[in-house]
Amino acid sequence: MRRTAQRRDGRDRRGVGIESKVEGFNERSRRAIEDEALHAAVEVHSKNTVNNRNRALRALPDAPELRERAYHIKQETMANLDRYLSQMAEAVEARGGNVFFARDGEEVVRYVGDLARRREARVITKSKSMATEEIELNRRLQEEYADLGLKIVETDLGEWIAQLAGDTPSHIVAPILHMSRHRAAEVLSGVAGEKLPPNVEDLVAFARRRLREKFLSADIGITGANFGVAETGTIVTATNEGNSRLVTSVPPVHVAVMGIEKTIPRLKDLSVFLRLLSRSATGQKITVYTNMVSGPRGEGEADGPEEFHLILLDNGRSKLLGTEFEEALYCIRCGACLSVCPVYRQTGGHAYGSTYSGPIGAVITPLLKGDEEAKDLPFASSLCGACAEACPVGIPLQDLLLKLRRRQVDEGLASKAQQIAFKGFEGAMRSPAAYNAGAKAGRLFQGPLSQRGLDRKIPGPLKGWTDFRELPPIAERSFRELWKEGF
Amino acid sequence: MRVSLFVPCYVDLISPGVAVSVVRVLRRLGVEVAYPQGQTCCGQPAFNSGFFDEARGVARHFLDVFEREPSDYVVCPSGSCTTMVSHYYPFIFEGLPEERERAEALGGRVREFSDFLMNVLEIEDLGAHYEGRAVFHCGCHQRRELGVMEEPRRLLENVAGLELLDWENEELCCGFGGTFSVKMPDVSAAMADEKIRALDKSGADTLISCDSSCLMHLEGRLRRTGRTTRVYHLAQILDPDLGKVG
Ligand code: SF4
Repeated sequence: MRRTAQRRDGRDRRGVGIESKVEGFNERSRRAIEDEALHAAVEVHSKNTVNNRNRALRALPDAPELRERAYHIKQETMANLDRYLSQMAEAVEARGGNVFFARDGEEVVRYVGDLARRREARVITKSKSMATEEIELNRRLQEEYADLGLKIVETDLGEWIAQLAGDTPSHIVAPILHMSRHRAAEVLSGVAGEKLPPNVEDLVAFARRRLREKFLSADIGITGANFGVAETGTIVTATNEGNSRLVTSVPPVHVAVMGIEKTIPRLKDLSVFLRLLSRSATGQKITVYTNMVSGPRGEGEADGPEEFHLILLDNGRSKLLGTEFEEALYCIRCGACLSVCPVYRQTGGHAYGSTYSGPIGAVITPLLKGDEEAKDLPFASSLCGACAEACPVGIPLQDLLLKLRRRQVDEGLASKAQQIAFKGFEGAMRSPAAYNAGAKAGRLFQGPLSQRGLDRKIPGPLKGWTDFRELPPIAERSFRELWKEGF
Repeated sequence: MRVSLFVPCYVDLISPGVAVSVVRVLRRLGVEVAYPQGQTCCGQPAFNSGFFDEARGVARHFLDVFEREPSDYVVCPSGSCTTMVSHYYPFIFEGLPEERERAEALGGRVREFSDFLMNVLEIEDLGAHYEGRAVFHCGCHQRRELGVMEEPRRLLENVAGLELLDWENEELCCGFGGTFSVKMPDVSAAMADEKIRALDKSGADTLISCDSSCLMHLEGRLRRTGRTTRVYHLAQILDPDLGKVG
């Protein structure tokens, strides 16, 4: 077993993992804005979750203190992550489980693929896991281990529908938020071979019947992890559908894939995080199922898998430790920042072009993949701060977005035109004479433009403004001129 | 009481009437107003875009100009530009202790206009009069960083003839976001449209804010979509002449 989460060979594999098409936020958001159904779905979701969340957090008098505590626990965990990961690994191994530190998605694919080969597996059931979405585990297993003919079935209802539709999740907590009930019914009707009515109960009943068969025939169950407790080696998943239970306990093999940042030191810390997670994600006091797994079936125990494998995934996370971006690792993937984000509200999740969308997606995607791979994302925010305000662990998302913008400039990724423009801006703003001259020039320049009346669209740097809005004219006399004249 | 007036660049050049109204209101309350002539901009556009070096250059100029002017407070008719100085100057000078200290000292003295009226002068009724049904848009920096949400509302509630209406999702950002408005114009405009739909629904004929930048964006969109809604900064509403000169 390898004990370090650090990248050792210095090879940069950031291109792997998280879906690749990240450029083009504007293009994708344009399409999303025109999509009325998407808009309606996002709006309803935002409204419900935000209201429920606010209500749930208001009913929790010590919410602000919990948030502080969560932040500090995460801070302390990250400072000692090596130690906590070792402790967790030892606890799991002591109970007969296997632990594997995966540097990246490639290593997870190898590990799980080889395991499937050894177990002669045919059917793999999965419960919801963003980490495996991030590394595109399903697709890669099926492609790279094609000879095994693996059947991989997502068992979270939303994830299953997304999988059937060949779609990806558009929200960390509500994967098919972007899909209407009618579209979901259409997708499920396709596998049912009959027309299912577009109401939730019927769809759930059908899914339950169909998935039940899969649960029972599975050779391997794969889950993610909401938390991994270092002290006890316990993997915790919080779900509302109970599918996670059937994935962890029915198949003879259970594999949990957990991002290394999901570590918490002690079992008692769970009470802090579970309370925040469920309230922030859905407004529930606690999710319907909180599943805790600490290893394979023990002697004399009736349930549990023969083999238990814990895969601790780095994939670019450890390089954030101790940097100004470390706080991005405190995320518990509750989705609150997405639900309150006014940009996400207009675009939905797919516009971000990454497994992770919304404010945390705009932060974590360039951090995991590299700035060049996700140049647009830190700018896909009006910096309104609703995200940071909502985040239950106090991640300063807005500040991180600003620092990522700065990092792009430091790396020379900003366009030449911008570099020149902001140098010019600085020069003008440091010299009142230059500022005044600029104002005069602007006034002259706008003369011919203002002749054109309403609906004028101007090419050049103001295009983005004038395509959508009227350009206000520069006043005949500036305030400084009025002041000099006296009023 | 002597204050230095900090007039954001776009107010100076595009909506000078807003600053005129601020001066009138303050003078009427017996405050001595100075206008440091060397001032230009707070540097937020550069900061917002990740050009921290350039933002620091502008911030240094700002500190020089305002430190030179003796005054009790620096008053600014913009929640966003106030925040740039009070919150983000210390942020960009992290690791530069001397300048950070200067930024913090000045940042402690800078006040957004309605904050200054209510919490420093402790005035909430200016005896103003305006005929209209209005909604108030609170800029996001003003709401979240400064926490000055109730003050402007209180001041507006005391304006005779003005009916202050509620509107849907009033806490949503208007979509201006500085350079965001030109970098991501589609989303920015879609955000404005959502505000405008809420405005339409409320039945308001007037839109008021403490941030002329949000207003410039919303007004630009209102006019483009053919609406005649009246758009004012809070200071103009408190000034009987609505900021008009001559
Ligand atoms: S950044 Fe905060 S609010 Fe967003 S998903 Fe993570 S924990 Fe939740």
